[in-house]
Amino acid sequence: MTDPILSARDVRVTFDIRPRSAMPWTPSQKLKAVSGVSFDLMAGQTLGIVGESGCGKSTLARALIRLVPAESGQVVWMGQNLLDLSTSDMRRVRSDIQMIFQDPLASLNPRMTIGQIVEEPLITHHPEMSKPDRVARVRETLDRVGILPNMINRYPHEFSGGQCQRIGIARALILKPKLIICDEPVSALDVSIQAQVVNLLKELQAEMGLSLIFIAHDLSIVKHISDHVMVLYLGNMVELSSSADLYATPRHPYTQTLISSVPVADPRYVKPEVDKIVNNDLPSPINPPSGCVFRTRCAHATDLCSQTKPPVDDLGQGHLVACHHWKTVPSLGS
Amino acid sequence: MTLLSVENLTVRFETPDGTVNAVNDLNFTLDRGQSLAIVGESGSGKSQTVFSIMGLLAANGRATGRAVLDGQDILNLPPRALNKIRPEKMAMVFQDPMTSLNPYMRLSDQLCEVLIHHRGMSKRDALAAAVRMLDAVRIPEAKTRVHMYPHELSGGMRQRVVIAMALLCEPDLLIADEPTTALDVTVQEQIMDLLASLQRDLDMAMILITHDLGVVASSCRDMLVMYGGQVMEYGKTIDLFEAPSHPYTRGLLSAIPRLDQQSDSLVAIPGNPPNMMAPPSGCPFHPRCSFADAGCSTHNPSLAPYQDRQRACLKSAEELS
Amino acid sequence: MQNAILTQTETAVRGRSQWADARARFLKNKAAMVSLYLLAALILFAIFGGQLSRFTIDEIDWQMLGMIAELGGPSVENGHYFGVDELGRDLYARTLLGLQISLMVGIIGAVVAAIFGTLYGAVSGYIGGQTDSIMMRTVDILTSVPFFFIIIMLLVVFGQSILMIFIGIGLTNWLGMARVVRGQTLSLKNKEFVEAARALGVPTLTIIRRHIVPNLIGVVVVYTSLLVPQMILLESTISFLGLGVQEPQTSLGLLISEGTSTMQYGTFWQLGYPLAFFMLVLFCFYYIGDGLRDALDPKDR
Repeated sequence: MTDPILSARDVRVTFDIRPRSAMPWTPSQKLKAVSGVSFDLMAGQTLGIVGESGCGKSTLARALIRLVPAESGQVVWMGQNLLDLSTSDMRRVRSDIQMIFQDPLASLNPRMTIGQIVEEPLITHHPEMSKPDRVARVRETLDRVGILPNMINRYPHEFSGGQCQRIGIARALILKPKLIICDEPVSALDVSIQAQVVNLLKELQAEMGLSLIFIAHDLSIVKHISDHVMVLYLGNMVELSSSADLYATPRHPYTQTLISSVPVADPRYVKPEVDKIVNNDLPSPINPPSGCVFRTRCAHATDLCSQTKPPVDDLGQGHLVACHHWKTVPSLGS
Repeated sequence: MTLLSVENLTVRFETPDGTVNAVNDLNFTLDRGQSLAIVGESGSGKSQTVFSIMGLLAANGRATGRAVLDGQDILNLPPRALNKIRPEKMAMVFQDPMTSLNPYMRLSDQLCEVLIHHRGMSKRDALAAAVRMLDAVRIPEAKTRVHMYPHELSGGMRQRVVIAMALLCEPDLLIADEPTTALDVTVQEQIMDLLASLQRDLDMAMILITHDLGVVASSCRDMLVMYGGQVMEYGKTIDLFEAPSHPYTRGLLSAIPRLDQQSDSLVAIPGNPPNMMAPPSGCPFHPRCSFADAGCSTHNPSLAPYQDRQRACLKSAEELS
Repeated sequence: MQNAILTQTETAVRGRSQWADARARFLKNKAAMVSLYLLAALILFAIFGGQLSRFTIDEIDWQMLGMIAELGGPSVENGHYFGVDELGRDLYARTLLGLQISLMVGIIGAVVAAIFGTLYGAVSGYIGGQTDSIMMRTVDILTSVPFFFIIIMLLVVFGQSILMIFIGIGLTNWLGMARVVRGQTLSLKNKEFVEAARALGVPTLTIIRRHIVPNLIGVVVVYTSLLVPQMILLESTISFLGLGVQEPQTSLGLLISEGTSTMQYGTFWQLGYPLAFFMLVLFCFYYIGDGLRDALDPKDR
């Protein structure tokens, strides 16, 4: 087995929250956005990260590349811990790790032409390149993502959402990175366009041997693109497994609820009975439940769950579950 | 019995950059207690259709045609007349619950206001009715929560309150515009279940606007597929899902990623959604349609009956298989 | 493949920038365009109108003295197109000077406030944290100082001069600008395209230059154009109180003040002409400002 290209160990992100009315001397509250998440990503593979809003999936992604500061933990990228690098060393690494954002239009500067936008990474990381060389690269890259290169002087607002996302992908591709972090890249797009973008990402991955981290709240999209899927809840990893395994035999009660909640586009489909979420309010991450964070909404919670945090159990073949009762929780659909 | 019938509805917007035809010649009917889903992507005109029915078009919008609700044409009624009809006969639930709730008023005041104003109830009766309605939308501890402010509730709770508010006067027709798009998937399921059961219990008709075919499949009997301001296909949900006869419906159904099926790559519809400032000639879908020929770019098909449904396509269903 | 792409160079389509869009929207705005032409005419008039004048600003027409109400009215024959004031000085020349000074105070004052306020606000907003808190609390404290009295004190202590008015007026008005720009910077800072630039490793100063400042210009332009009439009004108020520009120099505000005090003698032209110009200038700037706002930020309409 080869070494992972990126491995995160016990990454924690905490935000200081100060209510607006707070006096200067009142201590700030701690919001645990990510509390101890670990995973490995193999070269050329895709890791999907799913969870509901507020589960910390976007924060985790940003912490990996230091867009938000991590409190502790390690992010090892090809042998070096990114969290320890100096700003200038980190800048060098940034050409290998790129990011695609959720809102396609908002992620493009409205005052720049798409040519300038896609060229910016080259100017930043290869200042020695000549202007004609750069323009040639920009055209080549735009062409690859399906944007006509003669659109180079147009502005983002002249494109549709799907096209803007392609431009965002071009900007991420132009440096020929090894890893692209996709933060909900298709949630703002129409269904027919979503499929185009997902297919494009899969093609590019096969062609260039890219690794992807794919964040989404839509479980069905994640299933289509990921090799492994990690489920987050309130900043904690609850389940991590190969995509096929996770969707076929989810073991954590939260994963089960999540999967069974996805509406199925088939009028004749009958939903399997699952033990549903008890209380539909997400607890506050400022004051998370003791023990297992999911226990307040879990149908199988016991006293044990409120006392100790469940260990991460390995079910074999890399299927990890953080639940005290995974052995006794009935499996989905049976 | 027909509750709502929309005839030749056309919605236009005058903008500084020209006229936008948001909806073109739309026809459909809705029976009492029945549910209809209007499905389409952004720019399909699905929201403007219901906005024109509700009398909520933006100032530069013009609606023509007829929308007969319970025997009365309600299209372009003056606001005063509409306000008489609105909460009693039809009500609407929006995508973002915060747009329909006043953040500075307690829920009790917002809910009671409607009842006191429209039903002439006393404050005490109105409050009791409001609590009953919050119970009906399954808000736990409704008696205490009714005195809260909107921001003290979670997103799912807020959408329940908005639904309760829409249902206070027991309307004959509920229009839900992407009611679950802003919500998480677990909450979405609960809200859709709630809407379905309320619809049954109150014998209310419902129009659901959505882009999510998964939601449609489990909740609406009829479905109307829109693209570029026009109806592409209109019929029973089950028929359209099992045998889509229009290239767009087909494309849409195969583009959605499915959890219940294994497939390696998604079938995308090529191209981009139409620019409504400069819509394509002929059939609005022809630039993205794999069956299109020269005729499709010059002739705009009209809706015609086919078997158990209506479809708007120049190609016969047999040609497409 | 690559060659095919390279040969397409000459066919590249020119895009419409947001500036081009805004210009097109502004050109379609009738009220704003009329105001723009009118303002241009007013400025040209302020610069070249002096060629038509037969009198200087402090030349006293002795023939008129004592019979201003009867003889001093506007007349083309005797060269006093707008009549004369109570001292027999030519009102045309004086209105012209007043217009020059008011426009100058308004435009220079607004530009000074805009430059200072923008720099202050952008730095405060982008750096954020403690620096932002300190910088903005300073603005809060300064805002709560009654500036009108400070200006009056400055004028009393250092003597009345146009320079002092520029300083005084500029001092009071950059605060609002700083607040607006800082708010805008804060929201820009959290935009995904700025985050994208940070993820790319673009250096901070380049981010400010390439991504923040160009997106601030719209707000600054609109705010500045709305600041001009405020400046003119402030100067008029000071002049009206007799603390502004010194005789024989004058401004529209001063002329209006004199006009109101001599109205009782029946010399209405003394109030009418300066007031008409004053209102015209204000109208123009307000309509242009509104037009700019609609053009640059169509969502707010």
